[in-house]
Amino acid sequence: MSFISVNNVWQRYGDQVVLEVLNLQVAEGEFCTLVGTSGCGKSTFLRLLLGQETASKGHILLDGQPLAGEPDASRGVVFQRYSVFPHLSVLDNVALGLELPRAPLLGRLFGKAKKAAREQAAALLHKVGLGHALDKYPAQLSGGMQQRLAIAQALIMKPRVLLLDEPFGALDPGIRKDMHQLLLELWRETRLTVFMVTHDLSEGFSLGTRLLVFDKVRVDPHAPGAYGARITYDIPLNGERRKALAAELGATSK
Amino acid sequence: MRLINRHPDRSSRLLLVLLPFALLLFAYFVGSAERLADNPNDKLLPSAGQMLEAVKRLALSADSRTGEYVLWQDSASSLRRLALGLGISALAGLCLGIAAGTLPLFGAPLSPLLTVLSMVPPLAILPILFIVFGLGELSKVMLIVIGVTPCLARDLEQRAREIPVELLVKAQTLGASTWTLMLRVVLPQLLPRLLISLRLMLGSAWLFLIAAEAIASTDGLGYRIFLVRRYLAMDVILPYVVWITLLAWLMDWGLKALTRRAFPWYEGARA
Repeated sequence: MSFISVNNVWQRYGDQVVLEVLNLQVAEGEFCTLVGTSGCGKSTFLRLLLGQETASKGHILLDGQPLAGEPDASRGVVFQRYSVFPHLSVLDNVALGLELPRAPLLGRLFGKAKKAAREQAAALLHKVGLGHALDKYPAQLSGGMQQRLAIAQALIMKPRVLLLDEPFGALDPGIRKDMHQLLLELWRETRLTVFMVTHDLSEGFSLGTRLLVFDKVRVDPHAPGAYGARITYDIPLNGERRKALAAELGATSK
Repeated sequence: MRLINRHPDRSSRLLLVLLPFALLLFAYFVGSAERLADNPNDKLLPSAGQMLEAVKRLALSADSRTGEYVLWQDSASSLRRLALGLGISALAGLCLGIAAGTLPLFGAPLSPLLTVLSMVPPLAILPILFIVFGLGELSKVMLIVIGVTPCLARDLEQRAREIPVELLVKAQTLGASTWTLMLRVVLPQLLPRLLISLRLMLGSAWLFLIAAEAIASTDGLGYRIFLVRRYLAMDVILPYVVWITLLAWLMDWGLKALTRRAFPWYEGARA
């Protein structure tokens, strides 16, 4: 059985159909890149996976269970902007994810528990290359460092699914390359299932194990909102990476 | 060079800052000297000496009837009322603003109500306050609370709505409940804004305080000004106005310094 299954999902706002007849099976650990023209529903699909919106028709199953209708700790997310909390230091931005679930009353830990959370957060930050900036505020970081922080923040929760909405869209090409490296490393290590929306086709091809192209199949020039986008191409990519993934998953299931 | 591109340097900036104040003082004392030369008993524009005399009497010598130092007694009473009123307003405004701005189910009934309430002229309901709460301290503090809270709450509600939805979603993916989300994400981001809002409301708060003291009180800065008005005692009124202005300015400056110190991340902190 597949990890995520999308069954006949439609999304419409009023008369405007954004997505139609989406069917998709995704195995655990896949790295799906989502491409398509602007406004064709890639980000909408991501919001459906996140639980920020509910589909107007059809349903999405995560591990056989219907997806929770609101964002929760099982799905991490990195947006293009506004992913980190401006009022917390780099360290606290990541430690927050350890504090919130464990302190339902005050949302913060004290004493030993706090120290342990901060140590764990610091270890992860060292791994994403932010070890030197633990005490800085996000406004003091460059765009690339902010996105590193956002990724660390999402990963501290050990989510099963990581959703990325054009995470590197605002970065310089050089920095973008470093970020690709980092993301692939983390993906290999954690074997997360990743969905990444991107405008950059080459990024989509080089990163993913699967490329999903969103496009409108039917267009009525008199009613542009009448038909939504579908997944028109579903291309397996990077064969060795897929094989390595399959071998690893096979090894753990034996 | 165009006027828009010309900037004062350090020393000329200081000069420009002081110039209007100096001009005002100069104009006053010239006028005062002229009037006093015509009529030494003139009360309208007292000289610096006369005002100093009045300040000495009120600030440095005990009142023969009560044994209190009038200026300090007045200041303490007024500041206590102001602090109490502003404190309660800040707390209530923060709670209402966060609830209305973050929780759609609370915002739906609260938001229009706050808009309407903030349009009620507080001074128009001052008589009601005196009738309901009596002539004691409570009605004066309540006037400040009623005048300031709706405006604070509306401003904070707006600011809470301006927090990007991405941050709220992100917090939920980090395991926040509604309560912890408000506590650790919304509240800390609104605190600096609360201090700025308070600064903007200081003027109104003083206005309400002095109006309430003028009408029913036995001490306070506003009470004193309206009391000595009967004797045309400008030598007391003018120093009192200057003193009130100074207090208000100090409060404004203190809140500004506090915002900078307590929230270094606000307005792009730099190391």
